[in-house]
Amino acid sequence: MATVYIDGNRHDADAKQNMLHVSLSLGYDLPFFCWHPAMGSIGACRQCAVKQFKDEKDTKGRLVMACLTPALEDTRISIADQEAQEFRAAIIEGLMLHHPHDCPVCDEGGECHLQDMTYLTGHAYRRYRFQKRTYRNQFLGPFVNHEMNRCIQCYRCVRFYRGYAGEHDLNSFSIHHTVYFGRHEDGILESEFSGNLAEVCPTGVFTDRTLGQHYTRKWDQTYAPSICHSCGVGCNISPGQRDGIVRRILNRYNHEVNGYFICDRGRFSYEYVNSPERIRAPLVRRGDEREVIEKDEAVKIFAEMLGSGEDVIGIGSPRASLEANFALRALVGADRFFSGFSTGEQRLIELMLSIMQTVHVPSLREVEACDAVLILGEDVTNVAARMALALRQSARREPQKKALAARVPLWDDLGVRQVTGDAIGPVFIAFPCATRLDDVAEATYRGRPDQIAQFGYAVAAAIHSGAPPANTDASAQALVKRIAEALRTAERPLVVSGATLRNEAIIGAAANIVYALEREGRSAGLAFTMPEANTCGLGLMRARALEEALESRVQYGTVVILENDLYRRATAAIVDEFLARAGNVVVLDQVNTRTAARANLVLPVASFAESAGTLVNFESRAQRFFPVLPPSDVQESWRWITDVATRRGEFGSWNSLDDVTAAVEQEMPIFRGITAAAPPSSYRIAGEKIPRQPHRYSGRTATLVNISIHEPPPPDDPDSPLAYSMEGYTYKAPASALPFLWAPGWNSARALLKFQEEINGPLRGGPVGIRLIRGDRRGAPEFFSGAPEPVNAPERRWLAVPIYHLFGSDELTHWAPAISSLAPQPYVAVNERAGFRDGAPVAFQSDGATQTAVIKIRSEIPDGVAAVPAGLRETETLRLPAWISIEAI
Amino acid sequence: MLSAEEKAELDRELQQYPARQSACIDAMKIVQRHRRWLSDEALRDIGEYLGMSVADLDGVATFYNLLFRKPVGRHVVMICDSVTCWIMGYEKLRDTLMNRLGVSLGETTSDDRFTVLPIVCLGNCDKAPTLMVDRDTYGNVSPETVEEILARYK
Ligand code: SF4
Ligand code: SF4
Ligand code: FES
Ligand code: FES
Repeated sequence: MATVYIDGNRHDADAKQNMLHVSLSLGYDLPFFCWHPAMGSIGACRQCAVKQFKDEKDTKGRLVMACLTPALEDTRISIADQEAQEFRAAIIEGLMLHHPHDCPVCDEGGECHLQDMTYLTGHAYRRYRFQKRTYRNQFLGPFVNHEMNRCIQCYRCVRFYRGYAGEHDLNSFSIHHTVYFGRHEDGILESEFSGNLAEVCPTGVFTDRTLGQHYTRKWDQTYAPSICHSCGVGCNISPGQRDGIVRRILNRYNHEVNGYFICDRGRFSYEYVNSPERIRAPLVRRGDEREVIEKDEAVKIFAEMLGSGEDVIGIGSPRASLEANFALRALVGADRFFSGFSTGEQRLIELMLSIMQTVHVPSLREVEACDAVLILGEDVTNVAARMALALRQSARREPQKKALAARVPLWDDLGVRQVTGDAIGPVFIAFPCATRLDDVAEATYRGRPDQIAQFGYAVAAAIHSGAPPANTDASAQALVKRIAEALRTAERPLVVSGATLRNEAIIGAAANIVYALEREGRSAGLAFTMPEANTCGLGLMRARALEEALESRVQYGTVVILENDLYRRATAAIVDEFLARAGNVVVLDQVNTRTAARANLVLPVASFAESAGTLVNFESRAQRFFPVLPPSDVQESWRWITDVATRRGEFGSWNSLDDVTAAVEQEMPIFRGITAAAPPSSYRIAGEKIPRQPHRYSGRTATLVNISIHEPPPPDDPDSPLAYSMEGYTYKAPASALPFLWAPGWNSARALLKFQEEINGPLRGGPVGIRLIRGDRRGAPEFFSGAPEPVNAPERRWLAVPIYHLFGSDELTHWAPAISSLAPQPYVAVNERAGFRDGAPVAFQSDGATQTAVIKIRSEIPDGVAAVPAGLRETETLRLPAWISIEAI
Repeated sequence: MLSAEEKAELDRELQQYPARQSACIDAMKIVQRHRRWLSDEALRDIGEYLGMSVADLDGVATFYNLLFRKPVGRHVVMICDSVTCWIMGYEKLRDTLMNRLGVSLGETTSDDRFTVLPIVCLGNCDKAPTLMVDRDTYGNVSPETVEEILARYK
């Protein structure tokens, strides 16, 4: 702590910070461009100039950049100083010389940091009367639009893209007034985080290309606090809609989870909500035809199909909310409720969950602070992208210690990078193929899943002699030693693993490493990726495994399938047989999946944008999402189930989400606390619900006058504390129910700083999610016993392992055009020693079915391993890993 | 692919640097000496050898006047247009040169012999106006002496 003075006011400040950070945290309006709360200062834009005074007696002072001025004891600055103000206005005028002033046709208009800062500095009239510099724009792929003329050379884009996200195909080019930010030639941006450029760039150079296709101004959109449904990280998002069309997704700050950034799968996932392939009305099969029916009739048929309930089973879904899964479980009975995880997956998930009780599971904020990392058997970027971005920051921790030792504060980005260069810390990755994080790994280990498990066991044994030993090849011994040493000497060691390779021993090995560290008196973190939005929540329900139902041979009367395409969970032969065996198949889903196409009754289910519910992320954080679209013909699964239960005289009194959430909490102790994840629907601020619309929302009284000149009341929303209205207050809204950000003078996403307790700190009005597993069974858990002996590959056979693709493996984003345009075609990746030519068409056998694909040669893949993409649209689901043979065709 | 000669020269430079990337300017100078200018392909070749993206290299290449990202003739005439030379007759010199060669600034003669480019102060202000042909600097250049200078470059 230090005492500082700003415009004569005395304040306590964090001495480890700079004066821009401090001033903004205290609520002063000081303009800036190049500084970013997650990336620190470089002093490039000169916009944050203030007057600094030596001491009390100094009246002259000198201009300094607040973002480069440490908040040391007795620092005195003035923001209001006349000369400082004039300087800042002059800087803006300079930045604006070549700016096209095309706000009316710019997608950034109305949420532009440059507009806000120009207004804040008071520069109002343009004096420059000459020709402006113009640039050629580039095609950068389906996500991001490029309009270079608007650039003010703040360098934020390249600092984020290269320095923070670690990708190298975007750069700054040329010099002085022709500096250019883009790629060296047109082409798709390679980073999985490119969409963040739209929020990082303070002007309209980089904007959301998908928003541009159905553009609506920020103030004209309706927003809701939501949670990304595209993987298990649980990033907080704010989708925006108008006229029933979701227009875009914005990052919603949660300091424990996603912070300022989300991945491109999450940001552009919304497109599927608008897809023409959504199911919008109930469908019933009559003979070979499917007929559209009314909602009431659908509920009636559903009730009849349930009959006495004796031979009914329900299949849940890791992509549906806790409430939806719980409602189905309540409808069919706990012993007839099956999870809906893929074959073999449930065992692994339950194993991970039980391990999580015995260790510390870090949040992403904590992951970023770790200084030594072992990723054991996981491709984090493609399974939990946002976590990979956090791990990139962990890789910088160890080198940063050198900067700290040289007394360079961490906010001084240029200074730190001068000390650290491109140095990376001890990050190690063990995976069969190259991963997108390899560039920040000190070393990688490639092997088959069983070898990776052995490798992990060996690391644990090298850390603590009590851990079960392992047989790892001699060539890996040195690396095992090095990793053990790095983890043991780190301040905050971390192990990351997951179920991707479907290998129990890998997960056990990850746990053993953490247990070994704890025995050595080190406290370590363990993070498991979770592939789907509610994998963790469904796992905690401890339902029966889907395989049991699929392979039971029992004649079920009715099978109710909740938001799940079984053809993605098991092989087609098994699912075909299962569906044929069932008397009736009822499918509740959002899109017409292969399973829905086979159903007798299909009920149209609300997407994340139309529904409310609770999801549990990889760290067991329960988070609530709320609808952004008003009620329509689609409704939440739990509401369909409640409707049918009510008709049958069951469940009693579930009228709103709060009732269901409370029932979950009451019935299943593991979920205790989830009601507190967000305020109930009865929550009011000064008698009003929280508005989903900014106060400048236009056309409210005009949009429906062709139907009636009387303005209809806003639609009712019994499930949330939010209203489809402009009436009310967002400023004091609880963090978990904050639909959008706006503060007077701060129209851009930077309004966030008015909602944080301090810069980079929690939002005012926390909490943001409730942790369900607190690692309270920590202590000295028993080590997992040794890994199975590695197997020898049979002649001309390959162990097929699943490889995930951020764009392509997720189910619902198959229907999102921008994302699906980047999905790969089916392939089998092997090394060149397998004797195939790159691009050669091949057939391979697995589970008795024959697949075709093309060969991809990836030389880093070990002998005897074939990598097969998982979850691509319209491809057969294989039971992996499996030994396959590959034949040229 | 870098030629054996290019690689050999670059390897010598690499010994002076702790990180391969640090040698990128030298690498581009070497390759330019062999190929006259830096095509996209040249940048890809260098990038592969140094572990850098084309964008990394292009960011550096476009920063420096003397790294050419467009084809140039056998000889490059760089004429200083900074303030001292400008006072001392840069414009006249430039016009003479352009008339004599039949090209504008930034262009190459049709026989591929000369490319004419403007350049900033060459630090030769006391002998302004100044120009440079390839690596040779000439001071006190007058429209009359230009002919003689050009004649030295075939
Ligand atoms: S493109 Fe945007 S972020 Fe990049 S330098 Fe220009 S204004 Fe800044
Ligand atoms: S990391 Fe996962 S939760 Fe976060 S935005 Fe991406 S897909 Fe969504
Ligand atoms: S924000 Fe301080 S110089 Fe740019
Ligand atoms: S101004 Fe031409 S050499 Fe200095």
